Parts: sequence; structure tokens; C-alpha cells
Amino acid sequence: MMDLIRRGYVTAPVLGVMWTFVIATTVAISMSFATGAAFRPIGSGALIWGIALGFGCLPGPNWKAAVTALVVAAATMAGFGPIATGTGVSIFSSLLGALATAGFAALGLRIMLDEVEMGPINRHTFEAAVIRFCTGFGYIFFTAIVLIPFYVMVLTSLKNQAELIQNPLDFSIDLSKGTELFRSYNELFMQFDFGVYLLNSFLISVLTVFITLLFAVPGAYAVARLRFKGRAAFSRSILLIYMVPMIVLALPIYIAFSMTGLRNSLGGIILIYPVTTIPVALYMLQGYFRGLPAEVEEAGLMDGLSRLMVIWKITLPLSLPAMASVSLYVFMIAWNEFLLAFMLLDDPSKFTLTRGIASLNSSEIPRQHLMAGSVIATVPIMAIFLGLERFMTKGLTAGSVKG
Amino acid sequence: MTEAVPPKGTGPLARIEARLAWGLLAPTIIAVALVVILPLLAIFWISFKPVALADLRAPEVVLREDIRGDDEAVGDQANIRYRLRNSSQDQPIRGVTFTDRLPEGLTVTELDPRCTLEGRDLSCDLGDWEGGYRENLMIPVTVGQAYLDNAERPKDSPATTTGRASNVLTNATFTLDNFARVFDGSEFWSVLWVTLFYTVFGTVGALLFGLFAALLLNKSFRGQGILRGLYLFPYVSPIIAVAFAWILLFDPFSGSANALLIQMGVTQQSINFFGERPLALIMVTVFEIWRYFPLSFLFILARMQSIDSDMYEAADMDGASPFQKFWSLSVPQLLGILSVLFLLRFIWTFNKFDDIFLLTGGNAGTRTLTVNVYEQAFAISNIGAGAAVAVVIFGCLLLFSFLFFRYISQEEGL
Repeated sequence: MMDLIRRGYVTAPVLGVMWTFVIATTVAISMSFATGAAFRPIGSGALIWGIALGFGCLPGPNWKAAVTALVVAAATMAGFGPIATGTGVSIFSSLLGALATAGFAALGLRIMLDEVEMGPINRHTFEAAVIRFCTGFGYIFFTAIVLIPFYVMVLTSLKNQAELIQNPLDFSIDLSKGTELFRSYNELFMQFDFGVYLLNSFLISVLTVFITLLFAVPGAYAVARLRFKGRAAFSRSILLIYMVPMIVLALPIYIAFSMTGLRNSLGGIILIYPVTTIPVALYMLQGYFRGLPAEVEEAGLMDGLSRLMVIWKITLPLSLPAMASVSLYVFMIAWNEFLLAFMLLDDPSKFTLTRGIASLNSSEIPRQHLMAGSVIATVPIMAIFLGLERFMTKGLTAGSVKG
Repeated sequence: MTEAVPPKGTGPLARIEARLAWGLLAPTIIAVALVVILPLLAIFWISFKPVALADLRAPEVVLREDIRGDDEAVGDQANIRYRLRNSSQDQPIRGVTFTDRLPEGLTVTELDPRCTLEGRDLSCDLGDWEGGYRENLMIPVTVGQAYLDNAERPKDSPATTTGRASNVLTNATFTLDNFARVFDGSEFWSVLWVTLFYTVFGTVGALLFGLFAALLLNKSFRGQGILRGLYLFPYVSPIIAVAFAWILLFDPFSGSANALLIQMGVTQQSINFFGERPLALIMVTVFEIWRYFPLSFLFILARMQSIDSDMYEAADMDGASPFQKFWSLSVPQLLGILSVLFLLRFIWTFNKFDDIFLLTGGNAGTRTLTVNVYEQAFAISNIGAGAAVAVVIFGCLLLFSFLFFRYISQEEGL
């Protein structure tokens, strides 16, 4: 079986068919999402033209692959290709679709089938070709699944309900509308107080970061550097607490807040949020503190600094990158927190962003408002994340598998 | 010269160090005790209590006061009416009394036997009230000149009421009904099955996708940083934003996914992705995988980049093929991080609430244990039953953490 497939004249067409189908589906979906017009991949077309492309793209002169691709594009325009267009699709977009399908299919196969010959091929060449196929497929697949929901989110927020119901696939934007495009955003800020929510969220997140660090830094230092009975047990129980589900705690917190009147106040939220993040922060920081050379601190102690001064003057300046990671991570948790805000805040003047978005989820409010709200909540955290990605990825890997 | 012996016990320096350590940890311990340990104990307490959402407010005496009849001229006969009721329909209030100050210029003509009047101060002792009790208490009065000259009316002096009501949260009534209700019938098993399906497939799926993505990016090329950032998007963005984006995308009437599938001829009729029975559970699991694969991806990638490349070079010299290198070199090196990720993700997927709550609200066969807590406590308003589910979750959690600490090697640093 393995011997049979490890022959150029089997490997090339098989990969050709699979790759052509992947490309045909990708192009059809992208063209549909971009223009709203009807594109679809054709299985039989992908089969026939995939075989042709597989053979055409075997190592050899470039013109062979180019000619095959052109033939496929022409066949597509004639209606026999790997993708088909519905009625009413403009000639320009169908030409674009045909060329993209044939071109990307040929280009990919050309790279994949490097060193694959017509006859028997060795294991290395075969596996390398398969891996290149999987890699290509992987890039397309992951990029698509990640981008599509965000694409839908952003473009829905720029359209209106009637347009969306008429053709759910038509995400094309009429740029001539100008600022009118951002009407949903305008309404959210003018009528729904999203400016206040944005401010609330920001304030709560920043305060949460500061309070968390205030508690976690000394704690983490103690766990990392000082010897005391019960240190191991303590660092395990931190992890254990980190595993307690929020919903289990939310119920008694809800009851206690209802009875003490802390519900519906930002103060109550600020009391709770840092505690949910302190264990994570402590855990991440103690890992980092442990990695710092103890000698520097000992030198400080010898020179007559107290422990607290050592933390302040030596440990903290040395661990600024870790503090940045932890702060970012805590900020992200606080910014994205939904459950507690949802349960504890009922008063629209005190909503956080996530709570505000939840309040938009009703049949009376058009969906573009909901999506515009989502964009407003997503953009700041994305901007911070992309700007400081290096810290963020470090912070995430430093000790947090929580989500 | 005597043999040198190591000191026994803790010396003064060690004691100072330990004291400092506990001092530094104290704020954290206090905060965590208040917000985590105390609520956990409360959950256990409440789970044995017959308490509903409405019981959170203790029953109290509700009093409204007005004047009936003419009070326009001297000698007019009028009634001060006190409308009283027990705010709770089923909880009694004991020893109900109220006191009020009558306005100047009103002469009480007849006094209810339960009340006494001293000067203008009226006080009444109304005894014990059953749940749902209500009463109208009339005090007939004659209007005098002073009343007309004065702006003070009966309503202006608020009456103060007292009464002892037992709060169901603090009294000594205990019940096992909550647990009986939770474990009752087939519902519990279906909830448990849904939870297990969601947890197992969500965890394994996220791990496999993360591994695949990490393999893709485990080489340096232009744009690698951009792709890595991009692949983390689902995890970084607010859950509520992406959940609603998914709901819109898969909407049965105007969702793009359905339009696309119909256009491509995959399906004739639009599919209700989050509303049909087996499909909804699969969809929330897919969402879970989508949202959390970036996390596994990040950890696996970090581990991959720390694998020594010498090993691969040696394997190349020996003529190993790419798949052989993956199976015999990479996978054994990654097993540690994979098992840690599996256990941690398993626990956190088990604990996940927001995702399913936002996507389906626990309908269409997607009710997991955590969603059940909310459902029982707030949708059915039975806080006690919700707490009982929470106790069950906590029990499972203890079991998982035991396994976690038992089988996870320390060298992975977790």
C-alpha cells in the first residue's frame, strides 16, 4: 500500500486533487465573503483538474505548470472548472475567482511536488511533499477559522439589519456612505453610554492590576525566596485555588453582596476581581523570582538593606519584564471578565463593557449594535496585545493555563 | 575538642525569616480566605438549606399610612388608616410592633385595644404574624383647629416597625432536598454526560489543534510573528464578543455560515446550529476548541523551541524521515507538556461556564454542571439546589486535583 502511493504518478495526482479542492473551497469562501456573490467549489471539477495540475506541476520547466494553470482557468470561465459561479456574478469577479483558483493551486503544487518524480520516489521525498501539503492546508485552515468570526464581527457592525437579512454573505461596504458607516458606534456612544462603560472597564482593569501586584509581589517573593514551614503546601494550594470555578464562588458572593448592598457598585467589583487574579499573578511571579540570581539580593543584605528594601531596590527592578507580562495578563482577565459583572451589576450607569454588551443582546436592539459593542470591547485589548505581544506570550506561558 | 554538630531546631534567624514570610503572605491569605474559602464554606452551608432566591430578603413588616374621610373643618370625623402586611407569603414574623407620632390637633376618639397612646405617641403591639398576613388598622380621630393650622399630616411622620423574622440562611433548618433534587432522575446523568463529552472532546481537540498549529509555526520565516499573534486572537478577545460573533455567524435565519452552506449545495435547508439537539453540543465543543487551541499552541510551541536541535541533526545523519523524526523525537519530548496541558485544560474546561451560557444558555442538550448551577439558582430561583450542584462540582474538582498532583511531574514546572 505504502509502496503503491510512493510513486510519482500516484502521489502527484492525489496531492493535486486534494490541494485543488482546498484551494477551490478557499477561493469560493473568500469570494463569497468578499462580494456576496455565489461561488462554490465543484467536487468533480476539482478531481479532474486536480489530476491534471498534479501532473502539470511535477518538477520540470515552469511553462508546463503555467500552461496547465491557464487551461484550468479557461475551463473554469467556461463553467467546467473546480469552482462554479452562480447567475449574476460579475465577469470581473468570476475571472478573479478562476485565476486565483488555478494560480494558487498550481503555485502550491509546484512547491509541494519539488523533487517528486514520475516513477517510484523515496520515503523522504514523499513525506516532505505530504508535510508541505499539510503545512499549506494548515496555514489556510487556521487563518480562516481565526479570521472569519472577526471579519463577520467588524463588517456586521458597519452594515444595517435590512442589508444583512437580504444577503447574509454580502459584506461589501459602501464606502461612499462615509461617516454614516459608523452609525452604530455613534449610537452606542450617544444613546447607550458606551463611553462610560469603556471608562468603567478601563478603571476597573487598571485598579485590578495594581491591587493584584500589591498583594502578589510580596507573596511571590516569600514563596520564592524565604524558607518557612509549609512553603510547598502553600504553593500547591495556590494552584488549587486557581482551579476553583468562578461559578461556584459567584453564587455565595452574589448572596453576600445582595445582603450587604455591595451589588450594583463598582467598589464591590473591585473587591472581587483582584482576588480572582492574585493566585495566578503570585504563581507567575514566584516562578520568575526563583530564576533571579540570589547572590545579588544577598549582596544587598550584606550591605545592610532590610528584606523589604531588597525587594524594592533589587528584585523589582530586575523583574520588570515579568511584571509587565503579569500586568498584561491580569489586565486581560479583568477586561474580559463577564460572569461576575453580569451577575453583580444591574444598574446601567455602572456597567462594564462586557456587561454593557450583554445588555444589547435583545431582540429590540439591531445586531449591528451588538457587533459594534463587541468591536469596541475587542479593539483595545487587541491593540494592547499586538503592541506588547512579546510580553503577553511570555506572560501566558509563564504559569497560566487558565481561561 | 568536641565533634561539631549541626544545630537542631529553628534558630532565631530562621524564625525571623519565617515570620517575615508569613507577614508578606498575610494580605494574600486574608483576601483569598475572604473571597474563596468563605464562599466555599457558604456553598456547603447553603446546599443543605431550603432557600430560594426570594428568601434572600428576610420577611419584614410593610406599613402604609393615610387618612380617610374629611379633614377639612373643625369637628370632622376621619380615620387614620394603617395598612400592614407581611412581605413574605410563607415566613412568619414574631412580636410585630409599630410606633408612630400623630399630627397635632387630632383627637383619638376610640383606640384599638392593642394600642396605647401617650400624648401624641401611638404604639401598637400586634403580636405574631403568619406568612401572607395583612391587616387594616383604623384609628378614628376628630379634627381640631390646631390640625388645620398646621401643615403636618399623618403621612409626614414615618412609623417605625419592629418584628423578629428568622432568616432561612441563618436558622437551624436543614434539608437534603437539594441533593435529592440534583441527583434525581435522568436529568443529572444527562447533565453529567454532556459535561464529560464537552470536557473530553474540548480538551483533546484543543490540544490536537494546538499541536498542529505549533508544528506549523515551529520554523522561522517572514510573517511568523504576525501569524503567531493572529492565532492567539480567539483567546485574547473578550468571550462575550466572540460568542456573539459566532451566534451571528451561525444564525439559522440570517447567518453567513448557513448562506454559504446552502450556496455550496451542502445543505438544502438552513441548519439551526445552536438549537438542535446533538448539533448544539458539538458546536459548543467546537467553539471551546476554537477559543482555547491558542493556549495549547503557545505552550507546545514554547516547549518545541526549547528542544535541542542537535538531536534532529543526529537523526538526519542517520537518515530518519520527517515522520520518523516527529514520532520518535518530537512526540516523546512533548509528552510532558502535553500531559500537563491535558490535565489543566481538562479541569478548566470542566469548570467553564461563560461559553455555553452565552452560546446556548444551556438549551438544546448543552447543559453542563456549571450551567446547571446557574439554571437551578437563578432560572428556577432555587439557590439551595444551585449550591448543591456547586458542591458536586467541587467534589469532582478535588478528585481531579488529586490526580493532577499525583501524576504530574514537577519538572514541567507546574
